[in-house]
Amino acid sequence: MNSLVCIAYVPDTETKIKIGADGKSIDEADVKWIVSPYDEFGLEEALRIKEKKGAGTVTVLSVGPERAKTGLRECLARGADEAIWVDATGIPYLDALGTAKALAAAAKGGSYDLFWFGQKGVGYDESLVGPMFAELVGVPHVGSVIQLEMGDGKLTAHREIEGAHEVVECAIPAVLTAQKGLNEPRYASLKGIMAAKKKPIAEKKLAELGVPEADPAHAKTRWRKLELPPARQAVKLVPADDPAAAGKELARLLREEAKVI
Amino acid sequence: MKFLVFIEQRDGKIRKASLEALSLARKLGGGPAAAVLPGKGVTALAKDLGAYGAGTVYVADRDDLALYSNKGYVGALDAAAAKCSPDAVLIAATAMGKDVAPRFAARHDVSALADVMDLRAEGDRLVAWRPVYSGKARAEVDCGVAKLQIATTRPNVFAAEAAAGAPAPAVEALDLGDVSPRAKVLRVETSESKELDVAEADVIVSGGRGIKGPENWPVIRDLQEALGAALGASRAVVDAGWIDHQHQVGQTGKVVSPTLYVACGISGAIQHLAGMGTSKVIVAINKDPEAPIFKVATYGVVADLFPVVPEFAKAVRALKHE
Repeated sequence: MNSLVCIAYVPDTETKIKIGADGKSIDEADVKWIVSPYDEFGLEEALRIKEKKGAGTVTVLSVGPERAKTGLRECLARGADEAIWVDATGIPYLDALGTAKALAAAAKGGSYDLFWFGQKGVGYDESLVGPMFAELVGVPHVGSVIQLEMGDGKLTAHREIEGAHEVVECAIPAVLTAQKGLNEPRYASLKGIMAAKKKPIAEKKLAELGVPEADPAHAKTRWRKLELPPARQAVKLVPADDPAAAGKELARLLREEAKVI
Repeated sequence: MKFLVFIEQRDGKIRKASLEALSLARKLGGGPAAAVLPGKGVTALAKDLGAYGAGTVYVADRDDLALYSNKGYVGALDAAAAKCSPDAVLIAATAMGKDVAPRFAARHDVSALADVMDLRAEGDRLVAWRPVYSGKARAEVDCGVAKLQIATTRPNVFAAEAAAGAPAPAVEALDLGDVSPRAKVLRVETSESKELDVAEADVIVSGGRGIKGPENWPVIRDLQEALGAALGASRAVVDAGWIDHQHQVGQTGKVVSPTLYVACGISGAIQHLAGMGTSKVIVAINKDPEAPIFKVATYGVVADLFPVVPEFAKAVRALKHE
């Protein structure tokens, strides 16, 4: 069972977002970068499947500037066997379709049974790339997977929907997008970190993969402007000394002033 | 601009989020839009879509569409698009919509404006605002050079407006051919007690560390019930195993925009604020006056939640009885 785990290297969820000088991207100074948390669930599951079967490989793949290699190295330290970096240096923005195309082109020639993505990339928050990749590669997908059982030539996945789970039987090869709840990702061990230094990272250039969307003039979605959300009004504090009065006043404000109940 | 709207139903009931998308299409298109409705036994539902702006409803009514399948449902959308050649496709950003949109987009060599909170037309081009970095910023986006423009609309943000006296839509059956899927839904398992999902709720009552332990959920549940709300939770209590991840609001949980969000014993970590900061009205009950939640709250009570929340629930019930 060979897995390809696609990862995005994104601003830490604790990062305070500042707008960049161009007014349409973030200011990257002081940003700490992390492997997108949902991608970690995919990596963990791929590693567990490999360990359980005692066979197969786990390859990690990422498109991005030089720093993406740091993300790949982190995944190698956790146990992935090899990595592919698609060098997107100098390309400030790649839309979801372009990203899916770049990943599909980089995956070509490999022999994979499972393709892992996070259910969304933290930051852009689009939830598009995984299923797009599946469409481009011509395999089925299951999105938002929270439980997985591997069978013979097929898998059974539980996928999260509103207030319920869908239990999906899916042929292999397949794309899976990982949701929180699937597993608890491991940390890299010191031994893993040392071993990762010797593991190979293959390099490809985005410009050579035939992705039209890499040119901003051919993008299928673009960011025109980036803003911080409008500031909220200052809080109106309700006196707290008498709980009954506080409860009543809250209810009154919601009914009479905010008109929401 | 010609719009096609994907209509989602579950158990024979059309999703409100789809009616929101349909009303939006009528508004932006300046007249009736086309709609596509896949499922089993759905033909009878088609006529209800006229009031929300459907001029034509393409129906894919088949036994093998009783449960969702990406192949069947995207197939229906594709077949409808082939019939009406839309300029733009709108899909509600529900679990199903998020599954349908990207495959449909890739099939047409375009991308999609995902989870938009505002959508307008500039001539024949769509322009949207969408939250990014989980609501810590918002991006104005468009579809670049894409000929077919696709947007998924965040539930609960746009109005579903029924127009009185709208004519019944034309209903046309689609022929999909063979859509036997390689990823097949075997069954749907309802988790917990068929709870209202935070992503779809108008009102959310959330609990955090301040509730002290899972044995105290009944205190929060009581207010949740009084308000007819969905139950939310902070990451801390989900990670502590006090409640299922389904309920988590925040950057690694669900990003929500309800009309009313009540945060009980939640300090408001940046990831949590990112997930609920676009709520219309926010109530915070927390004993720490320095808690960041008060920076985004509309109304606040600086107090221990345990005496206040039951009184608040009581007052809400009393008001609703009047």
